[in-house]
Amino acid sequence: MTAYLLRRLGQTVVTLFVMSLLVFIGLYMIGNPVDVLISSSATPQERQAVIAAMGLDQPLWFQYWTFLSHALTGDLGKSFVYNQPALRLILSRMPATLELAFSALVLALVFGIPLGLLAGLKPKALVSRVIMVSSILGFSLPTFWIGLMMIMLFSVKLGWLPASGRGDTVNVLGVPISILTLDGLRHIALPALNLALFKISLVIRLTRAGVIECMQMEYVRFARAKGVSEARIVTVHVLKNTLIPLITVIGLEFGSVIAFAVVTETIFAWPGMGKLIIDAISVLDRPVILAYLLMTVVLFTLINLVVDIFYSVADPRVRLGEAAE
Amino acid sequence: MSATTETPHADAALIDAALIDPNVGEEMPPEPTRPVILFLQRLLADRIGLVGVLLVGVLVLAAVFAPLLGWQNPYDLSQLDFLDGRLPPGSHSSTGMTFLLGSDDQGRDLFSAILFGLRTSLLVGVVSAVIALVIGAAAGLVSAYAGGRIDTLIMRIVDIQLSFPAILIALILLAILGQGVDKIILALVVTQWAYYARTIRASALVERRRAYVDAARCLALPPRKIVFSHILPNCLPPLIVVVTMRIAYAISLEATLSFLGIGLPVTQPSLGLLIANGFKYLMSGDYWISLFPGLALLLLIVGINLIGDTLRDLLNPRMHR
Repeated sequence: MTAYLLRRLGQTVVTLFVMSLLVFIGLYMIGNPVDVLISSSATPQERQAVIAAMGLDQPLWFQYWTFLSHALTGDLGKSFVYNQPALRLILSRMPATLELAFSALVLALVFGIPLGLLAGLKPKALVSRVIMVSSILGFSLPTFWIGLMMIMLFSVKLGWLPASGRGDTVNVLGVPISILTLDGLRHIALPALNLALFKISLVIRLTRAGVIECMQMEYVRFARAKGVSEARIVTVHVLKNTLIPLITVIGLEFGSVIAFAVVTETIFAWPGMGKLIIDAISVLDRPVILAYLLMTVVLFTLINLVVDIFYSVADPRVRLGEAAE
Repeated sequence: MSATTETPHADAALIDAALIDPNVGEEMPPEPTRPVILFLQRLLADRIGLVGVLLVGVLVLAAVFAPLLGWQNPYDLSQLDFLDGRLPPGSHSSTGMTFLLGSDDQGRDLFSAILFGLRTSLLVGVVSAVIALVIGAAAGLVSAYAGGRIDTLIMRIVDIQLSFPAILIALILLAILGQGVDKIILALVVTQWAYYARTIRASALVERRRAYVDAARCLALPPRKIVFSHILPNCLPPLIVVVTMRIAYAISLEATLSFLGIGLPVTQPSLGLLIANGFKYLMSGDYWISLFPGLALLLLIVGINLIGDTLRDLLNPRMHR
C-alpha cells in the first residue's frame, strides 16, 4: 500500500512538472500580456517598468526557474490582472465550483440509478426504450445550448428560477455555501441540472448494462431457486454488484464535471474557477492559467487516488498496485 | 463466433473462425454478399439506425449545397442590412426576402447562416476525427504488436492524457495556440487520438494471438504487412463505433469552445458561434437566434449517435440472438 501510494505520488510530481513546463513554454510563445494590460497611450518608459515589474524581461529558462522555485514554496505568482496571488485567487473560487460539481453528481445519481434500474430490469418494455432513446438525447445535447434553453424557459418565459449568480450563501467553516439557503438553492438549481444532464445519461446506461449483466449471473438464479423475493434480489444481489463499478466511474467523472463547469459557469455567471480561467485566457493572465492547470492536476490526482482506494475497499477482489502492471 | 464474418475484410476472420468452429463455412450462403453491403442493409433495416442515417444524410447534403439552398451568403457583409436585425421567424427583410427562421443582430438570415455553420461544424468534426484516427490507430497497432517498453511508453502517455477531460486539454491548447480552424482541429486531434489508440490496441492484442497471424508469420511476411493488412482490418468493427461517437463528440466540443469564444474566429461561420451570438439577446426574449442553430447542432449529433448506437449493437457478437 505504501509503495503504491509513493509511486502514485511520484507520477503526480512528474505530471505536474511536465505540464507546467509545456504550458509555460507554450504561454511564453504566444502574445505579450503587456499589450493587453497597458493602455496604448503609455510611454515606453512606463511600458519598460511594467515589463520589469512582472519579470518578463528575463530569459525564458530563468523565468521558469523563478516560477518553479516559488511554486515549491506554494507561491504560484501574482495575477497580472487582479494583482493578487494566483493560488489564493483559484482557492477562493474553488468552493463555488466544487459545490456546483458535487450537486450535479448527486442529481446524476438520484435520477440516473432508478431510471437505469428500470431500463435494465425490463429491457424490452416501452418505458425502457423511451429511457434509452432519451439517454442518447442526453448524450447528444450540447451542454451550453441546453443551458441557454433552460434560461430561456425557466428564467425568461416562466420566471421561476434566477439565471445568474450564487444567491445568498451561508459560511460553513469560513467557506460560503449556497445549497443551505433557499435563495442559494434556487440559484444552483439550473446550473446543477445543466451540468448533470450528460452524467444522468451516463449513469442510466451504466446502471442498465450492469443490471442486465448481473441478472444473468448464477447467484441471481440461485437466489431465485432459494425463493428469495424479487425485491431483495434486485436491491441486495443486483444493485450492490452494479453500484461498485458505477461509483468508480462516477468518481472518475467528477474531474470531468469540474472541467465542464467552465461552460456552465460561463452561462449562468456562477463565480467559480471555470469563469476565472476563461477570463484569464482572454487576457493572457499567465500566472492564473498556470495555477489553474496545476491545481486541476492535483485535484484530479487526488480524485483518482480516492476512487482507487474506495474501489479496493468496496470490492475485495481488487488488489491495488497490481492493476498498474 | 460467426459474427466476425461481417468484418470488411472477412477472409482472414473467416479462416480463423472456421479453425475454431467447423460449422462457420456451412452457415454462409453459397455466393456470400459483400460484407459491407450486408452490413449497410442491416443498419438500414434497424429503425433507429435508419432515422440516424436519414438525419445525418439530410444535414450533410444541406451543408454541401449550402450556397445553393441559402437565400444569401451570410458572411458577405454587402448582402446584410442592419435594419433587418433581430427580426422574428417569418418576417420579411427590406429587400422582400423571407427570414424563415428569423435574423440575427446583424440582419443575417439565420437559415442561411445555419447551413454555412453546418459546413464548418462537419468539416472540423470529420477532419479532426480522421487525423486522430490515423495517428491513434498507428500508435495503438505499434503498441500492441511491438509490446514491451514501446507498449508501456505509449500506453502511459495515453493513460495520463485520458485522465484529463478533453475539454480541459482543448482549453489549455487553445489558450496557447489562439483561434483558427487549423488550431481547433489540432486541439481536437490531440484530445482524441488517445481514445483510438486505446481501442485499437485492445482489439489488436486479441487479434495478434489468432491463428491467421501465426500463419502470416510462418510465411515470413514483414511485420508492417502483418500489422496493416492482416491485423488492422480485423480491428475495424469496434473502431468504427468509436469513430462515429467521437465525430459527434468533436462537433459538440468545437461548438462548445467556439461558444466560449476560444474556438473559431468570428469570421468563420460555426453553429457554436451563432448560438453564442444569440446569448446576448436571450434575456430580451429573442429566442430564435440561439434556438435554431442549436436545434441543427442537436439533430446532427443525435443522428450520428443513433448510427453509432446501432452500429455497436450490430457489431457486438454478444448482442446477436
